[in-house]
Amino acid sequence: MTQHSHAHDHDHDLAHHHDIHAELPSDPALRVKALESLLTEKGLVDPAAIDAWIEVYESKIGPRNGAKVVAMAWVDPAYKQRLLADGTKAIGELDFLGRQGQHIVAVENTPEVHNLVVCTLCSCYPLSVLGLPPAWYKSAPYRSRAVIDPRGVLKEFGLELPAHVKIRVWDSTAEVRYLVLPERPAGTERMSEEQLAALVTRDSMIGVGKVAAK
Amino acid sequence: MNGIHDLGGMHGFGAISAERNEPPFHEAWEGRAGGLLEVMTFPAGFTVDRFRYLRETLRPDLYLTQNYYEQWIYIAEQLLLEAGMISARELARGEAQAQKRNDAIGLDAVWGFLHDRTHSGRDLDSAPRFAVGQRVQAHNMQPTGHTRLPRYARGKTGSIVSHHGAHVLPDASAHGKGDMAQHLYAVRFAARELWSESANPRDSVHLDLWESYLEPA
Repeated sequence: MTQHSHAHDHDHDLAHHHDIHAELPSDPALRVKALESLLTEKGLVDPAAIDAWIEVYESKIGPRNGAKVVAMAWVDPAYKQRLLADGTKAIGELDFLGRQGQHIVAVENTPEVHNLVVCTLCSCYPLSVLGLPPAWYKSAPYRSRAVIDPRGVLKEFGLELPAHVKIRVWDSTAEVRYLVLPERPAGTERMSEEQLAALVTRDSMIGVGKVAAK
Repeated sequence: MNGIHDLGGMHGFGAISAERNEPPFHEAWEGRAGGLLEVMTFPAGFTVDRFRYLRETLRPDLYLTQNYYEQWIYIAEQLLLEAGMISARELARGEAQAQKRNDAIGLDAVWGFLHDRTHSGRDLDSAPRFAVGQRVQAHNMQPTGHTRLPRYARGKTGSIVSHHGAHVLPDASAHGKGDMAQHLYAVRFAARELWSESANPRDSVHLDLWESYLEPA
């Protein structure tokens, strides 16, 4: 129980808090229910606020936001230029709400360069444009391997890149969030911005996939 | 800290298991756990750095095996205890021991969360020490507290790709020492510098690193 107490004065309390956990429900559903009830009883939180937050991530903030950014960059060269020069500002033009979107850098995939985003230390993700990260993005296999074996990781996602393509992995170690601007697929020249946005996948904006024309 | 969270470059975790059409939450309680912590964070002044550090203090076996949102429950409990918003006794017993407050965090907090424009960027008078293109070496540091310099990059040499301005230093912020903002840079390391000759010579890994993590190479 003292494994953390050496770290820092401020963290001495942590050791004590571990003791409490022996008394808490082992079922996470019960444990969060108990915590929410306690906070509600104390008048610290209104459960309606939690309902609203869930609603936001279930229906408002998701990869459709990022897909709009990508489609706009494909059809509007001036927007693409602004996006690559200052991602935060260019994405701000579309007014996507939500946290983790205050410093966004867009990185462009080309026939020569392929970008891949990971967070090896936790699970940092551009929430405002992609929503909540999928479980695999937060998993140990992806986080451990994306930096040391990006080609092997991509192969598992069905993407085998020629050896001459440069892979650039972005490990999100700070509050800067990376959004991959995937290549526009051939055969989509006549498509509208809206049709193009429908083609753009979440995986292509993380860099583990390409966008297909259909 | 040299914890289990620092996964980059480790072997043995197996194949990536991607689920098709994954829902935002697999079970209702995951959303409750996520929402509870998120709506409290902004008004209660919890920092993302403290959040990350607390997750790192999970027992290593639990870090690897517990559901992601179960870890959030642990973090929420710790943050609320540290902030004095709940007591250990209340948490253990599941009942309030103080008078009910009348300033509950409500729907406004979700609005605040949605429109949250707070960020880690800070103005700094001092000029950046490094220029784009400059060669730098990451320190071989072994702090026992929170840091964002992964083990796999320590002692390695790379080059500055861009300057992000100055940002709150997580190593300080996670431990209640304030912002201590520093210049932040994107640094490119050749895959071969990190992983030896077995890596593809064309590949590279980029990390965002604070000025105190780096020295001129």
